[in-house]
Amino acid sequence: MPRLADPGARFHSEACKGRRSPASISETKMSEANPPVERAPGARTTVAATPPGHVARPPRSLWSDAWRRFRRHRMAVAGALVLAFLVLGVIVGPVVWHSDPRKIDFSRSLLPPSRAHPMGTDDLGRDVLARVMLGGRVSLSVGVAAMLIAITLGTLIGAVAGFAGGRVDSLLMRLTDLFLALPVVPLLLLLIFLFRDSLRSAFGSERGIFILIVTVIGGLNWMTVARLVRSSFLSLKQREFVEAAHALGVGEITIMFRHMLPNALGPIIVAATLGVGAAIITESVLSFLGLGFPPDTPTWGRLLYDGQNFLDFAPWVVLWPGFLIFLTVLSINYIGDGLRDAFDPRSRL
Amino acid sequence: MGRYILRRLMFAIPTLLGISMVIFAILALAPGDPLAQFAADPSVPPEVRDRIRENLGLNDPWLLRYFKWLAALMRGDWGYSFASRVPVLDLIAQRLPQTLQVVGVAYLVSILIAIPIGIISAVRPYSLFDNLATTFAFIGFSVPTFFTGLLLILIFSVRLNWLPFIYDSTLRVTDWDTFARQVRQMFMPVTVLALFQTGSLTRFVRAAMMENLPADYARTARAKGLSEQVVVLRHVFRNSMIPVVTLLALGVPTIFTGAIVTEQIFRINGIGELLIKSIQNSDTPVVMAITFIFAVLVVVFNLVADVLYGVLDPRIRYD
Repeated sequence: MPRLADPGARFHSEACKGRRSPASISETKMSEANPPVERAPGARTTVAATPPGHVARPPRSLWSDAWRRFRRHRMAVAGALVLAFLVLGVIVGPVVWHSDPRKIDFSRSLLPPSRAHPMGTDDLGRDVLARVMLGGRVSLSVGVAAMLIAITLGTLIGAVAGFAGGRVDSLLMRLTDLFLALPVVPLLLLLIFLFRDSLRSAFGSERGIFILIVTVIGGLNWMTVARLVRSSFLSLKQREFVEAAHALGVGEITIMFRHMLPNALGPIIVAATLGVGAAIITESVLSFLGLGFPPDTPTWGRLLYDGQNFLDFAPWVVLWPGFLIFLTVLSINYIGDGLRDAFDPRSRL
Repeated sequence: MGRYILRRLMFAIPTLLGISMVIFAILALAPGDPLAQFAADPSVPPEVRDRIRENLGLNDPWLLRYFKWLAALMRGDWGYSFASRVPVLDLIAQRLPQTLQVVGVAYLVSILIAIPIGIISAVRPYSLFDNLATTFAFIGFSVPTFFTGLLLILIFSVRLNWLPFIYDSTLRVTDWDTFARQVRQMFMPVTVLALFQTGSLTRFVRAAMMENLPADYARTARAKGLSEQVVVLRHVFRNSMIPVVTLLALGVPTIFTGAIVTEQIFRINGIGELLIKSIQNSDTPVVMAITFIFAVLVVVFNLVADVLYGVLDPRIRYD
């Protein structure tokens, strides 16, 4: 089940035009579902306690405000640190840890964790730590790339729909509704199953699958972003600064992307963060079902898939990659939660 | 009210048509030849192959083929499985009860857990209990189901040897003994699915309760001297359930999707397992049918959610 990280994303009903519909309700619910930690009365008084004019504050901007609020969300900061550590480990790790993740050595098969192999070895005697680091590279890059596709598509569609309005808007929103009603996981499986071989022959086995998985995950997850961007564009369109830009003769494309988009960025960033986690889980589900990357490309999901048969006598082969997926997604979800509070104008301190 | 439901229905039909067209187009555009088997067979000359293509209508434009397929679908002719030569509908009918059983119990369990937790969290926000529940919810929707499944197998089957890790679908519940066995084999799949679902559900219940607790009617209820318990459970809870009930309807397709993975881990022969097996066997008719069933689930439960929302909340106008 993909897009698991943001439960709100799954709950969008396809018909929601006008009125109080379940979907729009659930959207507001989600932002309130995770109220900021600093809304607790204690935190607020510390700010109020500083006498006005006592400290000359640098001019406030959206980003410094957001950063200040983000830092107060303890779990989000912890999540950011853990994620930074994981990313660093995955990038730098293979340089420092000299152990060939592809070297097969049957005399060392399924060794428990030891000094030489901190996470043990798998059935073919390969070092699990080295494979987990290599797999993390693939899993994380799938997550980021799929998110970029989803965000780009969603932003473009939402921006055009919100800006143009009228017939274009209703057409694009029909399309969004249709995509929201698609059964994502079966469709993902179907698409990958059908197009796997042709992409593999076109781009090589690893890159072909990467392109396919990333495109398919991204292409089926842009809908929430499109809705978010559309609704903020609809309200931004009425604002004076947009009218002023129009009056100055600024081009429409420039108004959309230079003037309006930066003001709609907060929710997009939150959606992007949560999207990375969801995409990582989706990829690992696909790999776990045997429809992801080929066996010689270790991703966290693939490692679990390969290791599940040794669960009873070599659990470390499964536990490490599984734990890392969990840790990554948990950190990302906490970061997303922190960012949501940080960008929420209602929690302005 | 009737007109509102009718309008929603009218909206669901084009959506379903659109989805069926998307699914069909994916299969039509996909590389690969349904007659590839014959191509490898030297006893079938190319002319014969062409004639078979012509007879099967494979040379028709794809829109025409789509409408033929749709017409057959409407008549209940979902084709035959390539792998087992059994009508697709029969195959699905065999598999559906197992899926429904596990999914249904899991959903019930997660509702029964999530509602009390959500209420207590909302009544005492930022308390120790609430913080624990929040952490639990975050863990719940961050841990991939296949990992929870494997962990549970490792703990309860491999280490403790308490529960069987392969689901025996031939088991018929006839007496207490078989019932106990059924409960034991359902324990892990249900836990995996429920854990995932409970996480987000708890958050929704909490948010809905938090929104209604400071409402005017709750203050009135308190002012006229009702006990806090009555205010929370009788007044606030019932109003908070309006969005939650619709979310429950919207969540049904999600939990079915979750079943795909769970059935794979615990070897339950439900429709999710059938889907994966059919994909691996290139059993196109079955794959298509199950994908379409999932699409129907999404659309139908969206409809149910919309209607429920209208029924439960009289403030909604239908026009």
